Amino acid sequence: MTSLSWLLNLRRLILLAVLLSCWEFASRFILDKTQATLLPPPTGVLAGAVELAVSGELWKHIRDSLRREFIAFCYASVAIPLGVMMGCFKWINEQVDPIIEILRPIPPIAWIPLSILWFGVGNTQNQFIIFLGIFFPILLNTIDAVKNVEPNLIRAARCLGATGWNVITRVILRAALPQIVTGIRIGLGVGWMALVAAELVGANSGLGFLINDARTVLRTDFILDGMLSIGIIGLTIDRVIRYSAKKLMPWSRALNA
Amino acid sequence: MSALKVENVSKIFPAANKSAAVQALQNVSLDVNTNEFVSILGHSGCGKTTLLNLIAGFEKPSSGRIECAGKEVKEPGAERAMVFQDYALFPWLTVRDNIAFGLNLKKMDSGLINQKVEHFANLVGLGAFVESYPHQLSGGMRQRVSIARALAVDPTVLLMDEPFAALDAQNRAMMQQEMIRILAEESKTVVLVTHSIEESINLSDVIIVMTRRPGRVKEIIRVPEPRRMVEDTPSYLEVRKKIRDLISDEHDLSDIA
Repeated sequence: MTSLSWLLNLRRLILLAVLLSCWEFASRFILDKTQATLLPPPTGVLAGAVELAVSGELWKHIRDSLRREFIAFCYASVAIPLGVMMGCFKWINEQVDPIIEILRPIPPIAWIPLSILWFGVGNTQNQFIIFLGIFFPILLNTIDAVKNVEPNLIRAARCLGATGWNVITRVILRAALPQIVTGIRIGLGVGWMALVAAELVGANSGLGFLINDARTVLRTDFILDGMLSIGIIGLTIDRVIRYSAKKLMPWSRALNA
Repeated sequence: MSALKVENVSKIFPAANKSAAVQALQNVSLDVNTNEFVSILGHSGCGKTTLLNLIAGFEKPSSGRIECAGKEVKEPGAERAMVFQDYALFPWLTVRDNIAFGLNLKKMDSGLINQKVEHFANLVGLGAFVESYPHQLSGGMRQRVSIARALAVDPTVLLMDEPFAALDAQNRAMMQQEMIRILAEESKTVVLVTHSIEESINLSDVIIVMTRRPGRVKEIIRVPEPRRMVEDTPSYLEVRKKIRDLISDEHDLSDIA
């Protein structure tokens, strides 16, 4: 029974396998040599990946990119308390909201020129760009989550004796948590995209640097390997957060849906 | 002895347009004695839930005064714990922690809290489910948790806002019987809001029939044999007919208007 469902699952990969075969065939037998340099076959890409992995270069770039993402996330998590305050207190929201509204539509990438002038090329500048990518999704989701806490839960807490601070920590924060986690997921995704953009122009390491550097030496296979790594890691981060959120918050309908 | 005193309370919900302001309650006065079960009965929109919200302290009366155990009601508090129609259980807490919520706020000794949780979980018949989460329970069981949670903080007055309205007919009848059993073991002052005549006769010492908007006290009826009324006996039918007549009077008025 289980082996059968495994086979059925493999069925989903049929189209992918066909496309990969066509690609392999095309770059080996149809494209001329120059063109094939621009589109190496899947086996070539795999060989490149092995080369990068064995030399340790791939891991170094992944580590640097992940570290930047992580540090930026630590700074950006200030969006959670800020969002809770904005959601709970009208006067804070009134003051902060106009600033957020103006800054929010500016894509993180648009900050790259200014940030290079401010921070130079390197970690700080990269982290700043990632920070911008992560910060706003977390903030907006937190505010929204806090505003949408079931009013009867707050009433229930108050008529059981909870006052001000207790209501925030014991009810609002908990009830808002699933959507805050959604904000974190979106934020890390946007941040990951912004990271690669920032590394393309302002870094000496990282996956974004790897693919841009490979371009200058015409290693198309490395470019594709870098791109695939970016995709796979982005997906993994998302899945890990989703999985742990489900484990930690089994009660949340939003996450189980 | 009087546990709860409502004196000449009116409530007007203001609106931007002055003529659109709604008078929900008009000069409502009532007295609830200790260990008395009082039902507030009326059509939907008669302001009975508003009255309960005022007693709970969720809203403030436009005029008049509410006293609980001799102290004026200014804000929600554990001496007036409420059971909600939609249960309002904290989904991220187990049954145990839901019942313990108000006790934890009182900074009670943890051994004593456990003892009380056991006691009230058993009282409502959920001794075997303390480690479950609310989403794993049926509607009737959730309402039992909600009752245990409110009783655990030992309120002077237990407030119940149409607590069984969301249940199916069998469950509703069973929960009414359960409520009678619980009150026999744990005497309590209760104010129940309901639109079910039968429910109010089955559970109450005193039934307060409200008028249509603006809500006023139309009549106060003493149930002849509180919580021992047997359906279809002459005294039961007599009380029911009396209440029905009072209520259908109200119906006619609103149809004309």
